[in-house]
Amino acid sequence: MATLPASAETIINEFGPSLNFPPREGFPGRDEPDEVIKTHCCFCGMQCGIKLCVKDDRIVGFEPWEEFPFNEGRLCPKGVQRYLQNNHPDRLMHPLERVEGKGFSTKSWDHAMSRTVSEIQRIQSQYGNDAFAMLSGVSLTNEKSYLVGKFARVALKTKNLDYNGRLCMVSAGAGNKKAFGLDRASNNFTDLARAEVVMICGTNVSETFPTLTHWIWQARDNGGRLIVVDPRLTPIARTADLHLPVRPGRDSALYGALLHQLIKHDWLDHDFISNHTSGFEKAAEAVAGYDLPWAESVTGIPASQIMQAAEMWGKASTSFLLHARGIEHHSKGVENVSSCINLVLATGRIGRPYCGYATITGQGNGQGGREHGHKCDQLPGNRDIENPEHRKYISQVWGIEEKDMPGKGLTAYEIMEAIHRGEIKGLLSICFNPLVSLPNSNMIREALNKLEYYACIDFFLNETARHADIILPGSLHEEEEGTVTTAEGRVVRIRKAVNPPGGARTDTSILLDLASRLGAGKHFSFETSEDIFNELRVASKGGTADYFGITYQKIEDNMGVFWPCPELDHPGTPRLWEDKKFRTPDARAHFQPVVYRDPGEVTDADYPVILTTGRVVSQYLSGSQTRRIGKLVNQYPEPLLEIHPVLAKKYGISDRELVRVATRRGTAEFPAQIVETIREDTVFVPYHWPGRKSVNQLTSGHLDPVSKIPEFKVCACRLEPLGRTAPSAEETKAHASA
Amino acid sequence: MTTTTFRTDQEFFLDTQRCIGCHACEMACAECETNGQTPMIHVDYVDRFSTVQTSVQICMHCTDPICARVCPAVAIEKDEFGIVHSANTARCIACSNCVVACPFGVPRKIEPMQLMMKCNMCYDRTSAGKKPMCATVCPSGALTYTTREDMAAKRPNSSPVNHFQFGQQIVKTKVNIMMPKGATKLVVDSE
Repeated sequence: MATLPASAETIINEFGPSLNFPPREGFPGRDEPDEVIKTHCCFCGMQCGIKLCVKDDRIVGFEPWEEFPFNEGRLCPKGVQRYLQNNHPDRLMHPLERVEGKGFSTKSWDHAMSRTVSEIQRIQSQYGNDAFAMLSGVSLTNEKSYLVGKFARVALKTKNLDYNGRLCMVSAGAGNKKAFGLDRASNNFTDLARAEVVMICGTNVSETFPTLTHWIWQARDNGGRLIVVDPRLTPIARTADLHLPVRPGRDSALYGALLHQLIKHDWLDHDFISNHTSGFEKAAEAVAGYDLPWAESVTGIPASQIMQAAEMWGKASTSFLLHARGIEHHSKGVENVSSCINLVLATGRIGRPYCGYATITGQGNGQGGREHGHKCDQLPGNRDIENPEHRKYISQVWGIEEKDMPGKGLTAYEIMEAIHRGEIKGLLSICFNPLVSLPNSNMIREALNKLEYYACIDFFLNETARHADIILPGSLHEEEEGTVTTAEGRVVRIRKAVNPPGGARTDTSILLDLASRLGAGKHFSFETSEDIFNELRVASKGGTADYFGITYQKIEDNMGVFWPCPELDHPGTPRLWEDKKFRTPDARAHFQPVVYRDPGEVTDADYPVILTTGRVVSQYLSGSQTRRIGKLVNQYPEPLLEIHPVLAKKYGISDRELVRVATRRGTAEFPAQIVETIREDTVFVPYHWPGRKSVNQLTSGHLDPVSKIPEFKVCACRLEPLGRTAPSAEETKAHASA
Repeated sequence: MTTTTFRTDQEFFLDTQRCIGCHACEMACAECETNGQTPMIHVDYVDRFSTVQTSVQICMHCTDPICARVCPAVAIEKDEFGIVHSANTARCIACSNCVVACPFGVPRKIEPMQLMMKCNMCYDRTSAGKKPMCATVCPSGALTYTTREDMAAKRPNSSPVNHFQFGQQIVKTKVNIMMPKGATKLVVDSE
């Protein structure tokens, strides 16, 4: 396979992204639905409850689900419009095969599956099993995540399986495991309500998790104070008691400086530290030199504000610390997470009411999807694929020989690098659009062009899938039964509301069919999603992420169950660590010494400006779904370069002027949006757009050494104003940029 | 229009400081079939250059609605529950008197339809005992529909205000805005 089978424009004309708007009078049957299904939004980790209205096997609208306890009917614009991914003109209805010079043509399922299986077998016999890789994603349910993990190891027999959670929560997961021996939000979000101080570290809550805003305001209504750390004045930062505009890539210097002040002023919980933790002395030693002048010079935050934050955090009796991708998308993402956890442990404010800590998991099933084995180093129950005991247990559950269980494989970005080097020759992907979502997309494109065979399971022809040989049309969130685990650790039920349309099939049936054709059918004799969940329960039993006591019925009866839930009569665990028995070998929480180091790329004379990336409220991740929903696209139709007026003046840039942004990876052009709500040394571009409008052409492939998360949040760039006003968003059509 | 399920103990509270500019309210409002995909609520940046602050505006449902008073076609009526209804489509002559007169800038003339349309506090929902759609979905509490007692308990730092001074003119509304504790009116212009 080489480049695209036809021009990107030709493929876009046929397969989109095109924009779906509801008819003016609404969809027929909206007022008299056949069924109203209580399920959840398909997008972020909040997993808001929502009711979908169904008429004649189509989703025709939504109703708020006011009884669901987390969101009580509240939704963001993505949730309101989510139903428009159904009945979409771009929906893939039949298997497709690449045709040189033309694009794609419709094929039978039998042809598509037979060819995929014979190509898998050819590549594996010629180059070895690990030369065929699989990429997965955590918009998939727990059942599908588990199934992919088992499919890759048992049917595909490859070690090279990884997932798009690698771009999401892996730094938090690694930091949590180091500190607590378990990877989950320590509290549910109701513990925000009476926290005296809420510290939000690198998370644009109001745009990426809008419904969480309500819980943060509850704390404030009850007298709590809010600290927001972000290089930009985001909507949640606008009203904060204290906004710390940290220089991108310098987060651990700030949190180290805060720990330094906690120690200096003895704002510590000595009993908790001595009875329930280890490693405090080394953590303290690491920050011994991090005084206020040093912290101000590194972070760019005035010393007085750092001191104010230390005092607010230090003197509080209850608190909740939240972080997300802002500190995690770094070549030291795990260190940033550890430096935050150190502040929680130093003050002993965990495992009690209104004393909380959590990463805000990003993707819909970012929590459950990172527990049950479609990560390259993991087996179900958040077990370790290199641990002999864990391998033995899961091999027994799966009915295979332990020696046949593959070992640890490469991570997502490393898989693309290995394809680029020619070491991996074949790829099967599901629920992942790496051409838009991975950094350094020019390298990703070159890698895709080198694959000998690529099969993609998806419901839309995403940008990466344009490079595929075979496309297998799969299912939407609302087309299969299942469960997901929310950012709080609450396992909830996803309902099948409609059938896949036309010749599309459920993702599960595609994987089961492939497994059978690969000769592994006896290990995949599942009739229903619940059958898969019941095997997952057993596979997770005894692991840190223990789901054994959770059943579909129990979830339905309780509107969700928090894991760990080891026995059928166990009520679940909304708040962890009330017993102070951490899941580390010594049952103590572990401080980590965090010595500050610079990000992977720092500014210099050639690339003097910091570039950071993030999201907008109306789009979701690589936009494969949301760039097809008309009103969401119109709300923020193209990526803009946010730039401070002082920096704009230095380069003579005017508002809406087209600016070429150059890094060591590539260049891209964006209209300038001059705003005072960003640091003077930093520019921001959101990342949801494809092709020439993708900021990931510019971002760097520096990875965290532990979590292997890419450093999306900081790189060095050069600004070249082009001296002309950018064309209008209508002309640019960025949502479908080639 | 008479109904027995409109809950007279429920009030609308607008807390602009909480608006995060997400537009969920607009999109949810537009879904209503009577609106024909046109939102009756408006979210705008105040001044994006200097801030991300947004303002959200619904119809304030004035006690003595000036839009109704200036309507030459008697197309706008206030009902027994204090809801100021959108223009009666048979009567509205699209003169825009109401658009110009409203102190809050709420009514808008929908050009292709030659009709004024504005928020009627989701009468189809509120008359059936439900909350308005915008106040149901709002993720940040900028729009809330509940009892005065519930609001007092949940937002002890704010007071609901429904008294506005525009120069010499005092406007009282059914909808409340949340202001700092102890405030009793909003003086827009004291001249």
